Amino acid sequence: MPPIEKPPVFTPEMRENYTILIPGMLPIHFRMLEKILIRNGYKVKILTTIGRQIVDEGLKNVHNDTCYPALLVIGQLISALKSGAYDPHKTALLITQTGGGCRASNYLSLLRKALRQSGYGYVPVISLNFSNLEKQPGFTFTPGMLVQAMYAIIYGDMLMWLKNQCKPYEIIKGSTDAVVERWTDALCEQFESKAFLQVQKNYRAILEDFSAIQRHREKKIKVGIVGEIYMKYAPLGNNNLEQFLIDEGAEPVLSGLLDFCMYCIQNNIIDNDLYGKAFKHRAVNAFLLRYFQRWQNKMIRAIAKHGEFRVPTSFSELKHLVDGVIGTGAKMGEGWLLTSEMVEHIHSGVDNIVCTQPLFCLPNHIVAKGMMRKIKDRYPQANIVAVDYDPSATSVNQENRLKLMLSNARLAEEFGLSSEGEKAPAAPEGETQRETVTL
Amino acid sequence: MSYQLGLDVGSTTIKAVVLDDRDEIVYKSYERHLSRVRELALQKIEELGELLRGHRVKVAVTGSAGLGVAKESGLDFVQEVYATAGAVKRFVPQTDVVIELGGEDAKIIFLKGALEERMNSTCAGGTGAFIDQMATLLDVDLATLDELSLRHKKIYPIASRCGVFAKTDIQPLINQGADKENIAASIFQAVVDQTIAGLAQGRAIEGNVLFLGGPLSFLKGLQARFIETLELDERSANFHPLAPYFVALGAACYAGGLNEEHDYEELLGTFRHVLEIPHAPQGLAPLFRDRAEYDQFCARHAQNDVPQRPLADYSGPAWLGVDAGSTTTKMVLIDGACNILYSHYVNNLGNPISAVKEQLEQIRAQSGERVKIVGSAVTGYGEDLIKSAFHLDFGLVETMAHFTAAKHFQPQVDFIIDIGGQDMKCFQIKDNAIDNIVLNEACSSGCGSFIETFAKSLGYPIDEFAKLGLLAEHPVDLGTRCTVFMNSSVKQAQKNGATVGDISAGLAVSVVKNALYKVIRARSADDIGKNVVVQGGTFLNDSVLRSFEMELGRPVVRPAIAGLMGAFGAALYARSLQPEGESRVLTAAELAAFTHQSKAVNCGLCTNHCNLTVNTFGDGSRHIAGNRCERPVTGKAGGGELPDMVEWKYEKLTHLPSEPGPRGDIGLPLALNMYENLPFWHAFFTELGFRVVVSGRSSKSVYLKGQNTIPSDTVCYPAKLVHGHIKLLLEQGVQTIFYPCLSYNFNEEISDNCYNCPVVAYYPEVVKGNMDLGGCQFIYPYISLNDRKVFEKKITSYLNEYGFALRRGEVSRAAERAYQAYADYRREVKEEGARALAYAKEHGCKTVILAGRPYHIDPEIGHGINKLLRSLGFVVVTEDGVSWMTGYEKRTVLNQWTYHARMYNAARYAGQAENTELIQLVSFGCGLDAITTDEMRDILRGCGKIYTQIKIDEVDNLGAIKIRIRSLLAAMEERERQQHAAN
Repeated sequence: MPPIEKPPVFTPEMRENYTILIPGMLPIHFRMLEKILIRNGYKVKILTTIGRQIVDEGLKNVHNDTCYPALLVIGQLISALKSGAYDPHKTALLITQTGGGCRASNYLSLLRKALRQSGYGYVPVISLNFSNLEKQPGFTFTPGMLVQAMYAIIYGDMLMWLKNQCKPYEIIKGSTDAVVERWTDALCEQFESKAFLQVQKNYRAILEDFSAIQRHREKKIKVGIVGEIYMKYAPLGNNNLEQFLIDEGAEPVLSGLLDFCMYCIQNNIIDNDLYGKAFKHRAVNAFLLRYFQRWQNKMIRAIAKHGEFRVPTSFSELKHLVDGVIGTGAKMGEGWLLTSEMVEHIHSGVDNIVCTQPLFCLPNHIVAKGMMRKIKDRYPQANIVAVDYDPSATSVNQENRLKLMLSNARLAEEFGLSSEGEKAPAAPEGETQRETVTL
Repeated sequence: MSYQLGLDVGSTTIKAVVLDDRDEIVYKSYERHLSRVRELALQKIEELGELLRGHRVKVAVTGSAGLGVAKESGLDFVQEVYATAGAVKRFVPQTDVVIELGGEDAKIIFLKGALEERMNSTCAGGTGAFIDQMATLLDVDLATLDELSLRHKKIYPIASRCGVFAKTDIQPLINQGADKENIAASIFQAVVDQTIAGLAQGRAIEGNVLFLGGPLSFLKGLQARFIETLELDERSANFHPLAPYFVALGAACYAGGLNEEHDYEELLGTFRHVLEIPHAPQGLAPLFRDRAEYDQFCARHAQNDVPQRPLADYSGPAWLGVDAGSTTTKMVLIDGACNILYSHYVNNLGNPISAVKEQLEQIRAQSGERVKIVGSAVTGYGEDLIKSAFHLDFGLVETMAHFTAAKHFQPQVDFIIDIGGQDMKCFQIKDNAIDNIVLNEACSSGCGSFIETFAKSLGYPIDEFAKLGLLAEHPVDLGTRCTVFMNSSVKQAQKNGATVGDISAGLAVSVVKNALYKVIRARSADDIGKNVVVQGGTFLNDSVLRSFEMELGRPVVRPAIAGLMGAFGAALYARSLQPEGESRVLTAAELAAFTHQSKAVNCGLCTNHCNLTVNTFGDGSRHIAGNRCERPVTGKAGGGELPDMVEWKYEKLTHLPSEPGPRGDIGLPLALNMYENLPFWHAFFTELGFRVVVSGRSSKSVYLKGQNTIPSDTVCYPAKLVHGHIKLLLEQGVQTIFYPCLSYNFNEEISDNCYNCPVVAYYPEVVKGNMDLGGCQFIYPYISLNDRKVFEKKITSYLNEYGFALRRGEVSRAAERAYQAYADYRREVKEEGARALAYAKEHGCKTVILAGRPYHIDPEIGHGINKLLRSLGFVVVTEDGVSWMTGYEKRTVLNQWTYHARMYNAARYAGQAENTELIQLVSFGCGLDAITTDEMRDILRGCGKIYTQIKIDEVDNLGAIKIRIRSLLAAMEERERQQHAAN
């Protein structure tokens, strides 16, 4: 059989005149990331395109049973190449790769294959990963960039966290988005200097700005969003779920991206504990984790000290919430983190949860759908809906499920079933509940 | 007086209920809306004029298509399940559980204990629409279906997950001649099973059960299935007279709590206004710009015709071809110059035998003594049955029949696509042989009968429905997955006010896109071929043909006899094999004496327990259908002496000896990661002094035991079987079950990493989280077997947590035995692989490498495909029997799963080996195989081999599998012939 072709390399010379296209995921975070890359000498464009043609390109170029995020990401990149907005011969693509036993680790090879088949075999692809999967000579994520990226993530997490607490309540439409916009710009600006390092000052200013948004004091139903990382965050993937929930009169609650980063680091430690693998890395990872945790704590403390907004749960607490629910050895995809995020939502009084997943997502059979009964047994007030996304599932179908979840939430609210802020004990089956739920 | 109006606009029906201020129902109605949602809604309001004019009305809208109406009219919307719960609480307060089946939704509400409301997930039909489809398939109306079911004697297992799957189960039953009574009841049972498995998901349905929705109030047979399965009695099963109206009633109740009141005239105005809102032209380009373009199109296709000659004027030799398809029977009689003397295309109404008999009588009558039938051949699903019933001379696989016919029209043909009623076949032709066959898998059969059923449900005959699409202005984009998704896409289109024509054209486009992108997975027109011939009844629909050409961007050949190509091909085939002599096909006299009876029995000759249909004919001959092997026919399994590694491995693993041990019993479920590792764990625990209890053999009944505890209905069948195996262990009274989580598999040095797939790795977590294990200890440590030292240390501490007090020394000895046992097993597998290949070489047999995962050797998962292969004369080798023969090679995909790496290696072996083909088994829902299948295909194609993939699920659809394998066989033989000719 014919030998396998070597994929094109992104050479140092290409840095000068190649535009690197990156599929978008978290709108706020990725804008800062774009800025950081540009500042470090790369020509970068984060794609925020939407539209049916993305799905169509995906369907044409990727095996249709591949997970929906892969289909969207590849579809978005190829339709960008075809759009005429970029010279394909002066364009490179960048995607992130987490590694691990999930099929998502194959995004890179799927993308390369799709490129070859659509006649773009010459377009170099850069894999952004921290699992030693692949390196490109022209692209190096220097320690300096890494630090900046981590700051972008934590600032992004904070802006997203506060945005979701303000936007559903804002009196003047658009005022929250304006603050988000202003701060994203300001932070991008700060990456030009060392100003972004002054976290305390920034945190305080950010909190004050959000706090200054005029808001209604009414009580809204809070809905936690968990799920496969792309479906959870990317508006392109989940049909702009955050906005949908806000329009339906609910407050979306999303934990940050930093938790996912720390989850990845934690898994290296767990692997060592369980299987005795890579012992020398354990210490490095443990050190990294402590460092990240201190960092996350600073943000958490700032929000707590300010006092007006709900406070995120720290990763060190989060990881223990799954004790007795699922083993932390379950590390493929979002793994035990997804389960622990569901539990975390309930612990902080957010009983209503949307679990977003690509149809036929393998890890989610285990860590999402597979854990719902257990969570419901422990926390009978839990109101969880699993929503499957795929190229053909219609938004009506998804919306109907979400509306059912919201109706259930209102019902529970009315009859005081919600556990708002306390760790409700598991209620026994039967009579006690029956009397509280009457219409 | 003030009133409350509840309007329930569902996917197929519209329901209205009016309550007066004493909560009395003063009006109720139930009607099909035939997709004219807005018109019917207005009509309802107009009807209510007499009652409501001059009064104040509170209104709430509900239902899946109600959302759009509510948005446009500005009226309040209430979610349907929520509305139902409200009505139930008010009108039937003693209810514990509500089961509601609607047109396309199924819902369950648990009112007792923790309130829980559930709807069917995205991938699940099995509802009213499903029953409609099944009735169409049997060609009876709903009332008749219902009546039939009440007289059943036997229930067949029918896949309960989704309509498409059930269809694949029912079709063979129809073709085998099973009684409609039994099929009807089995259809209802499938709906019941789906409700229990898909909706209740482990929560018991007990207490007072209220049944709601149209199907459950009209269908007595369905009621009976529910009562019997849930073990209810007359008191606890409540079929409420208001059942069809409950959702509307709930909306009316909900309306009572609203503040806004409307004046009747204002309401009327609102609905008139809604009707006038122009819906945004969304969707696809029209199929034809205008009538002229359509006429031109028709003229072009009219060129591909076969001359017809009236049979009445002909005398001389003739050849008969029969295509006994899934829903239709086609017959063609040709003369020596391939002119058509007689042809017939008929919906076989679920009875292929009588359809053929009738036509054969016609032919015989019209032929008289003038025409002599020289040869005859039959193809299609009903091939075997028709061949033995009417004594036809030859049978041939459908793909060959179609290829033969296509060549007649386009000798250069390099691509044939056939879309029939139930199935879709495409194949490429290379070097005058069938090169690559693609059949639609269970989940992508948006085929002809689907359009037909849809037309009927919207109240149109198929021809008229198809015509409406031709000049539709805005064909609706309906997606390309399975029928269930299309149903909900239509729902959305209806919401947006699409016309029937738009829907018709949209369906045509979906069927085409489904074929191109889902089944063939084409990337461009060049992928398909230059000379394309399309055929099958579905292409007689001009909308489908047009969308196909549009999507492909080039014209194709549609023979005027597109629907008859199988039969025409069979006739040509008969003509080529038997150019003279006389056919054995029944004469007029024999036809007159022809009788047929069928009986359903269970075969007890082996563990497969096939459902057999025994057909007895007037001359005393018998035909048995539904069998996997030849045993019920000839008394012995075909190809009994040929090496079969699937069977060899399974027998080996199920016969490990176990002895009583001082440490008591330990149960191992024979599922997922346990097949391969059973020798390891078996030796390990035996050495430690346990008696090892292996769960046992899989079967449908084992699956059913655990079915109600499966949390995710889209997980693969091998994973679903785990639940049954755990139940088997519990039933045997085992006090400890060991089932480890394995992120990593053994590293066999043929891949870049050695992961297990997420489901294989972590399924024990699902068992722990969803099954009631009683007092049984469930030990499911995360462990790796790759490093023996680490393993010994870890396993000791895990097991000792359960109080076993194991010492390091004895664990070390047990590990020694375990690693040795595993190595021995692997060595024997390799030796058996080598032995099988040597046997094939020595005896000149063809070999098939059945490439799957270790659990695919389970007869319940692999459905006995190995036996089928053996009966066709193949030596069967598993992927691990050859994967060690080729070493590591870098792959274009990330090669990081141990089991999958073996498949890549097996493909590389098959690519080079003579007289050897590879068939990849893929479990439905296997996400990893989305990656492996393309890679496997590339490897095999790169070596000039045919890639054959068989998708398997709980459905036992051996008929389709047989077509594939026989086509593969035909292609192999054709190649050999050519090689011979070349030498």
